[in-house]
Amino acid sequence: MRAQLKGDYVEVKVLMSHPMETGRRKDDFDHLVPAHFVQLLTATLNGKTVLEAQWGTGISKNPYLTFRLKGAKVGDVVAVTWHDNHGATATQDIAVTEA
Amino acid sequence: MQRRDFLLGLATFIALIPVKVFAALWNKAAFESVQLKDAAKHLNINTEIPSADIQITAPDRAENGAIVQVEVKSNIANTEAIAIFVEKNPTPLIANFMFSNGAEPFVITRIKMAETADIKVVAKVGNQYFTNAKNVVVLENGCG
Repeated sequence: MRAQLKGDYVEVKVLMSHPMETGRRKDDFDHLVPAHFVQLLTATLNGKTVLEAQWGTGISKNPYLTFRLKGAKVGDVVAVTWHDNHGATATQDIAVTEA
Repeated sequence: MQRRDFLLGLATFIALIPVKVFAALWNKAAFESVQLKDAAKHLNINTEIPSADIQITAPDRAENGAIVQVEVKSNIANTEAIAIFVEKNPTPLIANFMFSNGAEPFVITRIKMAETADIKVVAKVGNQYFTNAKNVVVLENGCG
């Protein structure tokens, strides 16, 4: 995860570790692999919500996301939290740095 | 492993929580729709206005449909949300992003595409919906 000040906006890049199974893929034994995917993602800037996303199974495995924030400055903290369809959740956070 | 990476890993806290709390927020009907028009209906998208002010950057040809990077930017003032669809996927609605408190209507992500199709983007601006599309030729099915 990275959050860099680039002129008048902060660019946040985040890579998540998740299988993003569609529920349609078959394993080597011809068994369907159950759907397992991130459904909700929330990003905050110093605790205030800036981005809320709902995802389906069409987001690629190990999801990648870039977004941009106006009005953020060096030292501000950006956090990204996801929740998947199994009820698992994970959070990453990082302070904004100069590009 | 760097210390920072280790601490970040530690911060990546995994916990089990009741599924139903979040399931209530997720638009199940829209994401499980197999027709694009039904998915759009479940997102309350009514009349769509074509707009070149929505920029979609994606490859013209994708070798592998499992990973197609797409960049979407809306130049329409007061864009609140951006929905991404792939018309010929088993479930066309890919994602819906809602922006607030200074987040720009801009996103880069990687999506799955089952076959050659349009990536369709709908931007919500108040009660209006603007749309644009970009065709991507897909050589290998990425929907497993």
